[in-house]
This record gives sequence, C-alpha cells and structure tokens, in this order.
Amino acid sequence: MKLPVHLLWLIPALPLLAAALGALVPRRARGVASSAALVTIIASFLLSCMALSSALGSTGVHQVSNFEWFQLGGGSVRLGWLLDPLTALMCVMVTFVSTLIFVFSLGYMKEDENFKQFFCFLSLFAAAMLGIIISNSLLLVFISWELVGLASYLLIGFWFTRPSAAAAAKKAFITTRIGDLGFFVGMLWLNNASGSLLFFDGGRGVLESAALGTLSSQVTFGGLAVSTAIGLLIFCGAIGKSGQFPLHVWLPDAMEGPTPVSALIHAATMVAAGVFLIARVYPLMSADQALAHVPLHALTAVAFIGAITALLGACIAVAQNDIKRVLAFSTVSQLGYMMIALGVGSWVAAIFHLLTHAFFKALLFLGAGSVIHAAHHEQDMRKLGGLGPKMRVTFLTFAIGMMALAGVPFLFSGFWSKEAILHAAYEWDVSSIPLVIALAAVVLTAFYMTRLVAEVFLGKARSKEADHAHENSAVMTVPLVLLAACSVILGFLGTPVWPWLQSTLTGLPMEKHSLLEGASLIVLSVLLVCSGLGAGWALYARRLRQSAAAEDPLESTWPRAFAFAGARFKFDELYAATVGRLNLSFAALSDWMDSNVWGGLINLLARFGETAGHFNKETDDEVLNTGFNAASEEIRSVGKLYSRAQTGETHGYLRIVALGFVVLAILAMMGGAR
Amino acid sequence: MSFPVLSLLIFMPWVGAFVLLVSPGLGPRAARLLALTFSLSTLLLAGVALCGFDPSAAGYQFPESHDWITSLSVRFRLGLDGLSLILVLLTGVVAPLSLLASWSQANNPRLLCILFLLLQGAALGVFLALDFVPWFLFWELSLVPAYFLIRLWGGAGATRSAYQFVIYTIGGSAFMLLGFAGISLAVGTFDFGELTALAANGTLAVKLTALGGIWPTAIFLGVLLGLAVKVPLFPFHTWLPAAYAEAPTGVSMFLTGVMSKMGVYGFLRILWPLFPSALHTFAPALLWLAVGGVIFGAFAAMRQTDLKRMVAYSSVNHLSYCLLALFAICAISRPGPDAAAAALTGAILQMFNHGISAAALFFCVGVLEVRSGGLRGIGDFGGVRTVAPLFAGLCGISMFSSLGLPGLNGFVGEFLVFRGVFGLVPWAAAISTLGLFATAFFLLTFWQRVFHGPRIGAGKGPFADLSAIEVATLLPLVGLMFLFGLFPQLLTVLINPLVNTWVSHLAMP
Repeated sequence: MKLPVHLLWLIPALPLLAAALGALVPRRARGVASSAALVTIIASFLLSCMALSSALGSTGVHQVSNFEWFQLGGGSVRLGWLLDPLTALMCVMVTFVSTLIFVFSLGYMKEDENFKQFFCFLSLFAAAMLGIIISNSLLLVFISWELVGLASYLLIGFWFTRPSAAAAAKKAFITTRIGDLGFFVGMLWLNNASGSLLFFDGGRGVLESAALGTLSSQVTFGGLAVSTAIGLLIFCGAIGKSGQFPLHVWLPDAMEGPTPVSALIHAATMVAAGVFLIARVYPLMSADQALAHVPLHALTAVAFIGAITALLGACIAVAQNDIKRVLAFSTVSQLGYMMIALGVGSWVAAIFHLLTHAFFKALLFLGAGSVIHAAHHEQDMRKLGGLGPKMRVTFLTFAIGMMALAGVPFLFSGFWSKEAILHAAYEWDVSSIPLVIALAAVVLTAFYMTRLVAEVFLGKARSKEADHAHENSAVMTVPLVLLAACSVILGFLGTPVWPWLQSTLTGLPMEKHSLLEGASLIVLSVLLVCSGLGAGWALYARRLRQSAAAEDPLESTWPRAFAFAGARFKFDELYAATVGRLNLSFAALSDWMDSNVWGGLINLLARFGETAGHFNKETDDEVLNTGFNAASEEIRSVGKLYSRAQTGETHGYLRIVALGFVVLAILAMMGGAR
Repeated sequence: MSFPVLSLLIFMPWVGAFVLLVSPGLGPRAARLLALTFSLSTLLLAGVALCGFDPSAAGYQFPESHDWITSLSVRFRLGLDGLSLILVLLTGVVAPLSLLASWSQANNPRLLCILFLLLQGAALGVFLALDFVPWFLFWELSLVPAYFLIRLWGGAGATRSAYQFVIYTIGGSAFMLLGFAGISLAVGTFDFGELTALAANGTLAVKLTALGGIWPTAIFLGVLLGLAVKVPLFPFHTWLPAAYAEAPTGVSMFLTGVMSKMGVYGFLRILWPLFPSALHTFAPALLWLAVGGVIFGAFAAMRQTDLKRMVAYSSVNHLSYCLLALFAICAISRPGPDAAAAALTGAILQMFNHGISAAALFFCVGVLEVRSGGLRGIGDFGGVRTVAPLFAGLCGISMFSSLGLPGLNGFVGEFLVFRGVFGLVPWAAAISTLGLFATAFFLLTFWQRVFHGPRIGAGKGPFADLSAIEVATLLPLVGLMFLFGLFPQLLTVLINPLVNTWVSHLAMP
C-alpha cells in the first residue's frame, strides 16, 4: 500500500483531530481523549509506513503537492506537501516513538486530574512536528514550528500550579522565540529574494538550482552571499529549537514537564525539528560552498556552534545530580553532534544520528520516568541507588539505552551513527576543531552515563522512596523493551558495510566500505569510549556512594569546577544580568518616556499650534466679514464657558476647534458662492 | 430606487437609540434586549451587503447619493468597498458583543444602551461616508457618546481620561478640519471620489500649491495630525492608555475594536489617495514613528502592572503595524507590486484581527475585574486556571491570537505586513520584529502571573468560571480567531480587487 503525496496531510491531520476532540470533550472523558490520541497516532504511523513505501519506490525524486492557501493581490500564498525518503523516515520515527510514549503515558499520568488535557496536548505536539516534516514550504514549516512551540509551552507548564513549571514553560517559549525571530526574518528575506517559499515547485522552488544560483551569487553586507545570510538567519531558529549554544538554557528547565513530555521533546517532537530543518534546507545552507572568496560559509558557523554545544552539554552533564538533567544535557550535547555533522557537510550522518538518538533518548527518558514513577517522584540520583535488582526490565533496557548513547561498539546504534559523524568531521578540510571536540565529548558521554547508571541502579537504596520502589506495570515496561530493541537494530541500517540509510536518503547507489578503511578512527573512538566507561566505573561503581549526603568524587577533587558545571556554567545568571536586564531597562525607559516625554512633547506642539492659530485668527478677523465673526464668537464663548470648568490646556484646544469650524464655514461659503 | 442598505446600516442603531430614548418606562432587561437587537442589525445588514457584494469589483458598491447642502456642494454620499465592508463586518461583530459585555452594568442601563447605539451608528457612518462633511460629522459625533460612556461608567480616573481623550482627538481633528477647509478652498469639492481623481491626475497638488507659502504642507500636516491622533500614531498616543484603561469593559472593547480602526481607515481612504506626494516626502520620518510605536508600545506594555493598560499599549503596538505597512509603501518611489500587495492586505487584515483579539483580551481583563471587585493588577491574581479552566482556555487563545501564533488570525496579518515591509524597507521590518518578541514576553508574563502558579490574591477566593453570557461574548470572538487564522481567504477575497487597484496606481509615476 502506498500513500500518494496529496494525501500526506492526513499524517498530521489525524493527531490534530484527536487534539481538537480532546480539547472539546469534558474533563471526565479521559478514555475518549486518550484512546482518540492513541488510535490516531497509530493510524498516522501506519500511514507513515505507507508513505515510506511510496517514497522508497521512487528514491531521488521529490514528490510534491502544492496548493493555494489564500489569494494575495494578483498572486497567492501557496503551501504544499513534500514526500521524499527524509520526510517518510522522519514521519515513521516520530509516529512510532510518539506511539510508545503515548502508551507509556497511559500508565505514568494515570492519577493526574488533567489526564484528558495531557493527551490533547500530546496529540497537538505530535501533529505540529509532523506538520514540519511534511511541509514543502518554509512558511508551513514556520507555522508548524510555532505550533510545536505552543505545544511544548503547554506541556512543559503542564503542572502549572508549580511556579517553577510555569516559569520554565515561559522560558522555553521566549527563548525559542528569540531564535524564531531570526528564522522569521530569514524567511522574509528568502521570500523577498526568490519570490517564493515553496521548497520544490517545478524548478521555481527555493531549493532548486535556479533560485539557489541567484541567492548565492548576490552579495549583501559584510561580503556575505545572500544565501549565507538567509541560511544563518534560518539557523537561528534551529539554535533555539534544538537547544544549541547560546540558546540552550531553556532545554534543561523543560524538565519541569511530566517525564513523557521530556521524552517527546528530547527524542521526537521538538529538538529534532532544528536538525531536521537544516537538513531540509540543506541545498540552501550549502549553496555558498562553491564560493571561495566569502568571509564565512553558513555551514562553517553550523559546525562550530555544534562543536561548542557538544562540549558544553557534556561538561555540564558530568556535574548534574538530577537524573533528568543529566539526560537533558546529554541531549544538548548530542544535538551538538548532529549540528557538527550538518556543518561538516554530511546531513545524512546528522539524520542517522537524529533517528538513532530519538530511539535511545526516548528509551532513557522513559526509563528515567519509570524510575521516578517507582520512586515516588524522587529524581535526585544521590537519593536513589540500588534500583537494579528491584526494577529488572527498567534496568536492563536503561543499560541498553546508556550503551547506545555512550557509543559502546558494534552492537549499539549510537556507535554507528556517532561513527558516521566522526568520519564526516575527520574529512572536513576547513578545521579539525569540531573533530577534536567531538572526540573529547565521546569520553565525557561514556563517563557521565556510567556515573548515572551506577548511582541510580547499583549499590543500595539511599532513601525511603528508592527503598520502596518496584517495577512498573506492562503499560510502561513494554514501550521500554520495544525502544531498547530499536536502539540496537537501527544502527545496522547505516553501517559502512551496508549503508542502506545513506543511499536511501541521498538517492545515490549504495557505496559499501569495509570497516578497515576507517579503522584508525574507529579504534581511536573505541578506545575513548572505553576510557570514559572505565573512568566512570572506577569513580562511581567500584566505590559506590554510601549516603545521599556523601560528596561526589569529582566534587572532592575539584570542588569549584564541579560547582560551576553543576550551576550550568552560570549561563542563566549571565543572561539575567545582561540581556534580561537590558530588556527590563528598555521596558522601563519606554514606560518612563511615555509618562514624561511624549505627553509633554505633544502639549508643546499644541501650544505651538495654539499660537499659530491665534495669529491666524487675528488676521482672519481683519479680513473676513463680521457675520461669521459673530458666529465664531458665539462658539468661542461656549467653548470658554466649557473650558473655564477645566484645566489650562482646554482653552487653547477648544479655540482651535472653534476656529476650525469658523474657517471651514467661511471658506466653504466662499467656495459655494464662486 | 434600490434598497438603501448603507443608510440602514448607519441609521438602524440610531433608530434603536431613539426608540430607547422615547420609552423611559422600559425595564433594564428590555432595554438591553432592544439595544442588542438594534446592535445586531449591523451584522444582519452587513450580511445582506455581503450577499450582494461583487468581490471581483474594486469600486464602491451600493452607492447612495443625496443632495444635502447644495450651496456648499456637500452631498450625503455613501458607498461600500472591500475595505469598508471588512470594517462594517468588524463593527457588526464587536458592537453587539461589547454591548453583551456590559450586560451586568446596573447603573442606568437605558442611557448606556442609547449612547452605545449612537456610537455604533457614528462609527458605521465613518466607514461608509464618501463626502468629507458627513464623514467628519460622523467622526466627531462618535466622540460625544464615547466621552460620556467613559465619563459616566468608567473607573476612578475616568473623568480626567475621558476629558483627555476628547481634547486630544478634537484637537487633532480641528487641524484636519482646517486642512479640509483649505482643500475645499482650492478645489471646491468635499467629495472623496472627486478629490481622489483630482489627486491622481495631479490637479489637486497643483491647486494646493497655488495657495502658496506653507499652505500645501500645512494642509497635509493638518489632515495627518487629525488621523494620527485617532489611530494613534506614536507619539500622539498618550491619551490612549488612560482612556482605554478607565473605560468600562464593553466600551474599551468598542474603542479598541472599532474606533481605533477609524484612524487607520482615514489614512487609507483619505490621506494616502489625496496626498500621495506629500506622504512620500514625509514617509521616511513617519516610518520611524511607526517603528517607534511598534517598539515603544510593546516595551511600555511590558512595564504595566494594570492589565488594561497593558492591553492598551499592546494596541498601540498592533496598530502601528498597519501604519508601518502604509508608510513603507509610501517611502519607496516604486514599490514592488508583490510587496505592496502583501503590505496592504496585511494592514487591512491586521485591522480586523486586532479588533477581534484586542476586544477579546479587554473582555478577559473585564472578567477578572468583575470577579475580584474591580482589581486588575497583574499581581492581584494567581492560579486562576485551576478554578476557571474554561476562562483560562478562551483567554489563552485570545492571548496567542494577539501575539501572532500561526493557526490563529493574528499571524496572517502580521506575516503579510512583515513580508511586505521587508520587501520595501528591510531595516524597518527587521527592527520591528523586536515588537513581536516583546509582545510574546509581556503576554506570557501576564498569563503566567494570573493563570498559573498557586492560587493567590483574588484567585484564592470563590472565582466562578465563565457564565453563559460571558461565554456568549467570548466564544464568537475565539471562533473567528480560528476561522480567519485557517481561512484568511474569506477576508482577502473581499479586498483583493481593491488592493490590486491600489497597487496598479502605485506603478504609475
């Protein structure tokens, strides 16, 4: 069965329908909302599989279906759907991971009184993300993009009675909106420079050679090619949504949402959007690659931002004590990897890592959710411990996820996708910094994930909550098992020996390599992974934490550095002191000017006008005949009578009004008499 | 003689006011129902007009013309094109809902209804009159009921605010009147159609120049000032926050929903067609003012603790987008047709959308006021979503509509304005995006403080969710937000021919 491209809209439309239904039914209709959400997301998954089969049937072809949204002047604003392997694979991933997260939520959110709303928002979230994926128009991407922002806002702030959740939701929306403004301007510019926002439109689309040629040949400020400038502006949006430095600060706070939401945000529906966007507009991002004499290539900026983020996230993750925050910063770091891959020219490697990461990060977050649910919402790792024997399924699946994330060789998907990125970075001839950073982050990743597992699952329980924990029901463990299976299998779709994914995405014939070709890099990264695992094992598993209050081994060695990383390098404080303060000062200034400057300025103008009017009146009095003068006096005296009761300014205003009427009448009469 | 639908549109509310006036024995409930019926006549008649409206024609339809003051060659001329139709529809929606929002007003409801209907009729007159004299009469007449509505039913500072409101607007219109006196002196007509034709072939400019001295400029500035105060164009906006904040809820809704559009309408209908070259000369400066309104309006809103003042400042910001679009077109010698069409369509949609969403937000603040016994400080509430989820949901949708979330109406207008302005004056569009950011910031702060967190302040006591009448007031607005957010074609189809005509005139030297 194949899904034709003109029916592609069904994939996001079904969850959207479930969201609408969930919004309209009463609060007690829990079953209606949740089953609508589940049924539609499963249906979307099936449709996505059909879409995949039709995309695989014609690789290398962009099937599009464009339509008119509304007429505008002589033209119209058009949107469209796009079906290619990238779209189809992303749709399958998003719907599959979402389905499992929805199922998990049935158990996790069972006792929440806003259960029905939760599923409504989840469906909206999935629908918006799917909307981004199937768009054939940057405008439609932007529309869905903002809806993703809305859904994340609603879900992060789901427990809105908690001030921290309410603040985190706002922070996420505002921070990503800063990036979105760049995206917005980039979109306006693109529209202005190329006259369209459709990606593919029979040769007239912005990702097709004609438009790309124009965009890359024009030069704008700083000697940048127009395509570079637009690409960088669009990348601003990706920086915000994908939690890249310097807009990464919202992502850890987004932990305030229920854990299934974190799993969705970190795996399928939000942070992936930025990486996907850059991959989608890759022809535009790389249009300037052929130009030699430009100060900056758009992709170079992407690579360096990614490198900074990869290292930053990994460093901070080492010093976090909240299980979800460790995972959150690992997401920041892994997204950095994907950006490196995009930047160094391999969007395929980025998408490969995006897909594998989606599965194992969803697994890790749901595993963390399972732990948190079992331990009565205790998520401080220092107070957990010893959960391995009590929660065997969770432990085993979590361990698989951890090894996939750490890049344990050969069996786990994360290894292969990370390897693809390292290879791409190795072959990049602009700079070796991203490669060095990526390798350093490999060690850190293996290290902090070992620390996480050792603290949570090994040793003995260090709190009452952890002591009383027991395994969750099947509704929560079955999704874990399925995700764990995928976290292993998926890697084999893109190994150098059989690079099916790469050839499917690019539409080029499969180029098989033996593992020996890049053996030195593989050996190096395996060694680095092992050193990270070993260091983590030595510090945290061999000498197990004895009590919740005990000091972290790193903390006792480097207390200040550990505290600084624990405080997330104080980015929040830095922003509050700079951008935040500037923002508030400017608001205060605007308000002050309003009360003290503009009003006064207008009064001054009025005075001036009054004087001029007075002068004018004197001349008029002499020139014009008396009958109208009498009338004017009458109006003026009424005005005076009225104004006497009021304060000073009145007088002048009313005189002008009266004068206006008189002059009008006189002039009109003159005009009429002519 | 065809069916005088436009006259009926204007005068039905006045008939209602008259009926109420001559029946002093009417109970409050009967008076309200009667007023609502007459207020709804606008929507009904607008529907009739919509059915007979030819969307492919650009000119005025349903024309009416009666001799009025022959000695001054003043005619009572009415006509309807896409722009006026959209504003009439907006009035038809907002006016009855504003009246509904004043339903619980116990203090002399009959007088309130009379003034309301007078105001409604006057506003419709402004959108439909095609001769300066009746147009200006409607324009000024609208001030009288507005003044008394604010003065008599407003808050503590209502007297001063109402006064300031009237003085500012009258002060502005006095200059406009002087300007038109000058025009009439120069060319001997008040008819917008004739004046536009004269302006288009250059005669108007020549004749005005013949007046000599500073007069041509002074006349232009006079008309500009009258409109600028009304919109308001920054920095002539200082009357607005006080007036909007002190007015009772229903009146704030009408003021922001309909009356603020009168100014923008004047810009499009009068100033731009009559003074194309003068506007071109002044446009760079005016563009700065519009950008100033976008930025300062939004950032000043961020500092407000009074929620009504916050929404009022956000109106300054939103209306500045309309003017930004127009001034960007005027600032360019030969604007590209695509960009100009986007900017103009965006400006008109923004007028409509702002009317819907700002009215809804004012109503929501009004709901808070009613529940808390008159409080409307941002710190006076907390956790309202817990106790009033329906209210929170509808208010949230209105808020997101106001901050331009795609899928709701606000986005389409803003996107088109920005798209057009970027194609004309890129820096103005780029700077103005700061206004988008600030709007999101203060609206989300409002939402966070009032609806989220633990229940504190007035959210702590018994806080009823929306009553049936309140739902009936808010739900239609929210429904329209979705409708026009998803199907902007419903509105653009009405104005496209008009926009095309405007754009084709721009192409001429």
